[in-house]
Parts: sequence; structure tokens; C-alpha cells
Amino acid sequence: MATRTDAQLVSRCRAGDPDAWNELVERFSRYVYAICVHAFRLDSTDAEDVFQDVFARVYERLDRLRDDDAVRPWIAQLTRRLCIDRLRESKRESPAEAEELETAEADETLARLDEALAVRAGLEAVGDPCRDILDRFFARDESYRTIGEALGLPSGTIASRISRCLAKLRVELEGRS
Amino acid sequence: MTGYDEERIASALRLLPPAPEAWVQAAQELPLARTAIESIVARAEADAAFRARLVADLEAALEEAGCDATPSVLASLRLHLGGG
Repeated sequence: MATRTDAQLVSRCRAGDPDAWNELVERFSRYVYAICVHAFRLDSTDAEDVFQDVFARVYERLDRLRDDDAVRPWIAQLTRRLCIDRLRESKRESPAEAEELETAEADETLARLDEALAVRAGLEAVGDPCRDILDRFFARDESYRTIGEALGLPSGTIASRISRCLAKLRVELEGRS
Repeated sequence: MTGYDEERIASALRLLPPAPEAWVQAAQELPLARTAIESIVARAEADAAFRARLVADLEAALEEAGCDATPSVLASLRLHLGGG
């Protein structure tokens, strides 16, 4: 099945398609989570609050998005702003420290996360079994043994499969750039 | 992004671990909770005392209204009540 573009997904969400909303949350959940915990280093409680706040706002305000193709930067900015608000409210960080995070380290991480999201889009296009194997190994940090057991494959073959799948993903990404 | 090499791809994949499943599920259930949220917002608009209780203690007021105070419902209600 062809992957829907971000704009197509937004359009379906606006039309009230519940499957599209599930897909939108699935597509951006890792991104929002990573901004909260990697870029802004929120603790789990604050990260969960921001995560839910982001998707509540996206759900309520999708009609206000002027360019459906711009949903990713819109979500990124929303998450960034809510993370900064949370840091400013927190006793753990002084406002000056929050500002410093905002302007330097966090933005650098955000740029890397944008790149990571593009790689994930390539991974989705490559599909299973490579998507599953690479996701389990790199993103979920599962061992060869765990992956082998989950997929019914000899663990001794996992390393070579990962290597082949990385090469396949590389071809996919180079075809997109 | 150009100039892909496999180490760079691997690093990118490591940067996006899955969000906790329960968080994702709660966000996906927002459309299902919408009826309950709209009903609570309507009551808050019509009943100043209920609105005051909501603002003072959202979770307790939701329990009183018989609604599960999930993180996604709380976030959505804060938005409706002018918290963002």
C-alpha cells in the first residue's frame, strides 16, 4: 500500500477519518517524543504532559493549518514552544538556562531529528521485513537473539539481514534526495 | 539529506525510539473522547460553579462528571478552558 503524504493525511483527518488520525499520531509520535526527551530533556511526567498537549492542539487546530504540507514543521514548532514553556515553569531550570537550551543545543538536536524523520519515511517506504528488523535493532535496541525469537529467524542470520536492509534503505534514501 | 552512509542512517534510526505505547494510544483516542469533552465544556459554560471546580481541580471535577481523566482528555480540556 502506498504511504500517504503528510498533506493527504491531514486532509483525511480534517474529513473526520479516524484511521487517518491514528496514522498521523503514529507518524509523528516518535518525533514529538524525541523533541521532548532528547532535545529538551524533559522528565517522563513533563514529557507525557507536553506529548498529550501537542496532539490535543493538533487535533483541535488542524483546520487552522494553512499549508497541509507544513504539518511537520508546525508540529515541531508547537512541541518546541510547549517544551520551553514547561522548562520555564519548572523549578529545575531557571529561565536563563531554558533560553540557552532553546537557542543552541535543542535547535541542533531538532535539525538532527528532522533528518531522522526523513530516514524513517524511507524506512516506511522500504517496508517489512527490513522496516521491522531495522526498527527493532536500532530504534528499540533489541538484541539479535530477541529479534530472532520475535521474527522466527536464527539469531546468527540477523547481522547479515541488518546489513542487507541498511543497504536497501540507503538506496531508497538516495533515490529520494 | 545527501551523502548517506550506513553509520549515518543507523544514527538517525537510533534517534527516534518509539514513544510509550500508552501515550500513543491516549492521543489516538482523542476523537473518541471528543463527545465527553464537548459535554463537559458545555456544562462548564452553563454552570459557573462547575467551571470554577474544573479550573480549580480538573481531575476531581472530571471524576465528579463521570469522565476518565486521561492525559489526553486533560490536555484537550485545558485547551478548551483557555489554558493555551
